[in-house]
Amino acid sequence: MPQAVDHRAFDLLSLTMTMVLALHAPHLPWWLTAALAATLGWRWWQRRQRAGRVPRWLKLPLLVLLTLSVIASYGSIFGRAPGSALAVGLLVLKLLESETARDVRVGVGFACFALMAALLFDQGLLVTVMVALGLLPALATLRALEPAALETTLPVALRNNLGLLAAATPLALLAFLLVPRLSTPLWGAPAADQARTGLSDSMSPGDFTELLVDDHPAMRVSFDGIPPPPNLRYFRAYVMWDYDGRSWRHIDPRHRARRAMAAIDASSAISYRISLEPTHQRVLPTLDVPLQAPSHARLQPDREVLADKPVTHPLHYQLRSALHYRLQPLLDTRSRRLGLQLPSGFNPRSRALAEQWRQRYGNDDGAIVRAALSLFHDGGFRYTLSPAPLGRNAVDDFLFSTREGFCEHYASAFTVLMREAGIPARVVTGFQGGYWNAMGNYLLVRYSDAHAWSEVWLAGRGWVRVDPTAAVRPERVTLGAAAAAGDQLPWYRRDWLQEAQNRWDIVNRWWNQGVVGFNALRQRGLLTPFGLRDTDTTMLGVLLALCSIVFIAIGMAWALLQREPHDPLRAALRELERKLARQGVTRRIGEGPQNYLRRAARALPACREQLAQLMKSYLQLRYAHDQPPTEPLRAFQRAVRNFRVIRVV
Amino acid sequence: MRNLLQRLYQRAERRLPALTRYRRPENLPIELHRRRIYIVPTRFGLGFSLLLMIMLVGALNYGNNAALLLTSLLGAASATSMLVTFRNLNGLRLSHIRAGHAIAGSPLEIALTFEADRVRQAIRLDLGEQSAAFALTASGTTRLQMTLPTRQRGWQPLPRLRLWSSWPLGLFRAWSWLHPDQAVLVWPRAESAGPPPRAPADDARQRRRYHGDELATLRDYRVGDPQRHIAWKASARHPDLMVKDFEQPRSRPQWRLDWRQLPRLDNEARIARLARWVDEARAQQCSYSLWLPGSDIAAGNGPLHHVHCMNALAQLP
Repeated sequence: MPQAVDHRAFDLLSLTMTMVLALHAPHLPWWLTAALAATLGWRWWQRRQRAGRVPRWLKLPLLVLLTLSVIASYGSIFGRAPGSALAVGLLVLKLLESETARDVRVGVGFACFALMAALLFDQGLLVTVMVALGLLPALATLRALEPAALETTLPVALRNNLGLLAAATPLALLAFLLVPRLSTPLWGAPAADQARTGLSDSMSPGDFTELLVDDHPAMRVSFDGIPPPPNLRYFRAYVMWDYDGRSWRHIDPRHRARRAMAAIDASSAISYRISLEPTHQRVLPTLDVPLQAPSHARLQPDREVLADKPVTHPLHYQLRSALHYRLQPLLDTRSRRLGLQLPSGFNPRSRALAEQWRQRYGNDDGAIVRAALSLFHDGGFRYTLSPAPLGRNAVDDFLFSTREGFCEHYASAFTVLMREAGIPARVVTGFQGGYWNAMGNYLLVRYSDAHAWSEVWLAGRGWVRVDPTAAVRPERVTLGAAAAAGDQLPWYRRDWLQEAQNRWDIVNRWWNQGVVGFNALRQRGLLTPFGLRDTDTTMLGVLLALCSIVFIAIGMAWALLQREPHDPLRAALRELERKLARQGVTRRIGEGPQNYLRRAARALPACREQLAQLMKSYLQLRYAHDQPPTEPLRAFQRAVRNFRVIRVV
Repeated sequence: MRNLLQRLYQRAERRLPALTRYRRPENLPIELHRRRIYIVPTRFGLGFSLLLMIMLVGALNYGNNAALLLTSLLGAASATSMLVTFRNLNGLRLSHIRAGHAIAGSPLEIALTFEADRVRQAIRLDLGEQSAAFALTASGTTRLQMTLPTRQRGWQPLPRLRLWSSWPLGLFRAWSWLHPDQAVLVWPRAESAGPPPRAPADDARQRRRYHGDELATLRDYRVGDPQRHIAWKASARHPDLMVKDFEQPRSRPQWRLDWRQLPRLDNEARIARLARWVDEARAQQCSYSLWLPGSDIAAGNGPLHHVHCMNALAQLP
């Protein structure tokens, strides 16, 4: 029976498992976390009382209970979420039978794996740092298993491992840069479970409420040159034509007859780069109207950009967009029909209003647009994130009774009014505004910056953006969503916290661009600064091997380094030995300086006097004092330097 | 399986003596250096590297760079721990070995002193079946008590020692064989029972007074008495000078132990008997002399004398 481990190792193992549990807690059901934490605490207390394994009759039912509860809450034990829940549960159960050093080592290995699994759910900077810190107690546990280590306190034990990790960091970074990435996964692509609602390809008024309080970053934009002013920061995602009386829908290009690409006359353009957080959708938001699509994406007829594959990892793309333009100056008949299509039998009052406007303003479409905007501006409309529900005739209810809502309501009602007045119109969703991070020179766009607006087609001007929300609440456009919402936001989204989060975001951006978004494509371009356009897998392997060799050499040099205490006297004697050895008098192993120098004097009779003098002063310096005094030592060194062998033939 | 491994190991030792030990015994102090420290991963180390591979493939498959970074960090830390393991042994010095006394068959205590100029942790020493673990503080020395089984009297060379360590993480195991050129002297085992030595009977009658330390009487001065023995105070009250007379306490019988007294026994039996007599003499605190072929130890007593006699017995051919 192997020996049971001492309480120090066991405590550290318990600490490791607590870290693992804490890191997995965000995605585990709360009751499972609580039950596992209780089990862990109980086992720790029990082991303090008396060492020994937990009996099997207790362990087996717990194992069955764990499996059943995972199945009950996830429906299966396979997959990322149930798999890691099961792994964390098994890890805690492993603690119940951890007694010997072998058990503890297996537990630590398993804990490392579970720590890595926590990163599959969130690879943000904070979580990664926490996981890396979780390695400290794990490594400290391994140290505690070694016998006869010097006594240390917990902070010192953790700090020692921090030192080990710090020493390992250069090699780790190297491996991180050079380990060839897979361009396609080896087995089943990670499940596209959507944690965040994000923008959707359909919109019905009221949908955004969840989105507008979601403060997670949606994307980060950096501009080449001066960023556009806040009122031009419209990021288009979906263009929606289809209206069924309740919701607007984006036309999937695969299901509709092909239309020609909308022509554009651009007078000024701006280049920018976007880093998009994973959306699990194909749409790539662009600033206003893009001129061409980035690689691996396609421009749609309405100048939306759809990627070839859903975005499951942070994506970086570069674009050029027009800020002043005429989009589709000539409207083809199919587009005109789409832009005027309305379901019949809805919203009679707004239809009457639109017909009234048409009669009053005749053919002046611009005047009708202005009339609608002034209705929103002066008609007693209120901007709120929690509007009253709307009935069947949603637009009538909104315009004539509730008169409260947010961007979706305004965009939807405005577009319907325009279509009823005979002006081609459509709804566009995307983002508007964002926080300008002056330190990092980029624009941070959050999900809460989601916005909906309208585009109307005016003869001679093409599609013109009209933002009816701006008529009600101009701050929405100039200051952002938070300013427009005013006091309706929960406490944690108030200014100061928001400000702090905005500033902190620069670190997240750096992390996302540098680490999380370092994919196969970026890896291939790794050596571009050194003139290598395309670094393929073989090249990476060779580089990895070469750099590893360099690191091994550095490590070996460190390991083998034997610092000899510097002794100037001995160094001087060595020099003398070298000079004499050139004359054939080498010092034998085990020969004292006195014997050696006497022998040298016999072999080189011409220098006898000198050597005798040198020997005398050496013995004096070496044996008469603890530390040789400075002045005579210098004299000896000088004498050695000046020593020349005189050859007598 | 175990047998096969053992055979392979023995074969490797025969073929590659440098791999498992230093060929010749060497003088103390022995300092470990890179040429004699070997290092291999432990079973846990192999298992851990397998785990790292699994983590690596998982991280690559999910395209999860944070997980990849963590795996790289753990892997690099493991590789660094190999250097730390090596450094833990490198430069360690076995400075001296001190052996105690033991009679054949009972364990012999030896004390090994290790020195180093850096902190060393969790170093283990295997000596035959036993093992011990120790740590060294910065510029410290450690004395390690071990016991050595003995079989027969005489010089017994120290077996080779294995110093090893798997500090810090237990992933690698570094070891080095030490074969110090030092032998320990094992005393002969005394026979359990036998006749007492022939008591020198006439010694009792020839009891005579010795000059000793204890004051016995005062007597008249005789020419030649040392001046410091004169009892001045007593002399003042007497017409003649009085002298303090010292006397040895009644001496215990002196044993003359002699190899030649036991002609009928073979060598080992003679040695065993003499050893018993030496032990008995020491127990009775009497003075004894020992004659052996090649050495003649004059009468005496005390622990040093005992050691002297036993050493002489142990070294007999």
